[in-house]
Amino acid sequence: MDPRGDDRMERLIGGILRVGVVAATGLVLCGEALHLARHGGVRPDFGSLGTNLPGLAGMARLALEFPGRGLVELGLLVLVATPVARVAFSVLAFAARRDWTYVVVTVLVLALLGLGLASGGEARTAQPTSAAAMSARTSSRNAAASRGP
Amino acid sequence: MTLLSLSLLVWLGSLLAGLVGALTGLGGGVVVVPLLALAFHVNLRYAAGASLLSVIATSSGAAAAYVREGWSNVRLGMLLEVATTLGALAGASTAALVPTTAVAVIFGALLLLAAAGSLRRPPEGPDVAAPPDRLAGVLRLGGTYPGPAGPVAYGVRRVPGGFALMLLAGWLSGLLGVGSGALKVTAMDDVMRVPFKVSTTTSNFMIGVTAAASAGVYLARGWVEPRLAAPVVLGVLPGALLGARLLPRMRSRTLRAVFAVAVAVLGGEMILRGFTGRL
Repeated sequence: MDPRGDDRMERLIGGILRVGVVAATGLVLCGEALHLARHGGVRPDFGSLGTNLPGLAGMARLALEFPGRGLVELGLLVLVATPVARVAFSVLAFAARRDWTYVVVTVLVLALLGLGLASGGEARTAQPTSAAAMSARTSSRNAAASRGP
Repeated sequence: MTLLSLSLLVWLGSLLAGLVGALTGLGGGVVVVPLLALAFHVNLRYAAGASLLSVIATSSGAAAAYVREGWSNVRLGMLLEVATTLGALAGASTAALVPTTAVAVIFGALLLLAAAGSLRRPPEGPDVAAPPDRLAGVLRLGGTYPGPAGPVAYGVRRVPGGFALMLLAGWLSGLLGVGSGALKVTAMDDVMRVPFKVSTTTSNFMIGVTAAASAGVYLARGWVEPRLAAPVVLGVLPGALLGARLLPRMRSRTLRAVFAVAVAVLGGEMILRGFTGRL
């Protein structure tokens, strides 16, 4: 194994992590400022679940309704994607060095990460559909309240 | 309370949690989840979801520096991430099956253990370069770290034992919404006999991937509330960075005792609330 190859890989990994965190926190900060400026007066209840729609489709729906919230959601997705991108890059780096043992190891980690994000469907089918409908109503009610005076 | 004032208070609390998490070595997640649940009456799912995202931010931010300096063992981290991500998926799935009151009791027990463990003096003195295991040799897990007189080589031992502990660390991360950094360091330092600073930096490197596996499940379930996660992420990250700066200047035993008592009180309160169902 070429130790200098290890060094270069480590520097690149460090760069990916840094860019990801800076971009994500920037998006979250802008989105939060925008959302609070427009909807800072609502009285949210975080004590019970319900206003959040599961999955990426649900996030996209609320993002269209609230642009600030959309930016925060995008920032949070970039944050989750940062370690995933790091693992994906490692697959390529190990493959370029024909280190097949570690290609298998990193592909396995990548597959497990994908499995986590894909698990929403199973949770949705486990929930009664009325619950999803109710959470949709709550979110539109909150939306109406926040547009009030 | 309006969203604006709640967000400002949560931001301040998260800043403090990040600071205390870094100074005690427990990590921001371990402090911010009970804070959100006890002081702000936030649902434990939302608290854990917000915490996981802040854990990804602090881990990635700090790992960026450590990886460049050559402390983290990338190959060892990658191998053990198979265990932590598998455990994290199991933990996040378990979270859906058990009531939040049970999660609170488990969390409280973990806090009490952590408080007791933080009073134990960290192992210091020279690292003994142990002969590596056969399995560690086959997987080329050994590495070097930057010493005062050039790179110092070290071996890795008891890979299966370390792997098993990493499964547990991942499971706790997914169930409770924490990074499980302390347990990861124990697995590498005490079990696999990796030098202490390599253990802490490699653990930090792995925490982001572990938390991302859990966060994926939480996102898919709708357990990430962006209006709550935003102030938590924006607070814990600078708090943890500040804590890492202050840490070398804070070695006093009284300070550690004060933190240990505070963490123990949080743990006791979580267990109490869990048993009385007030969560």
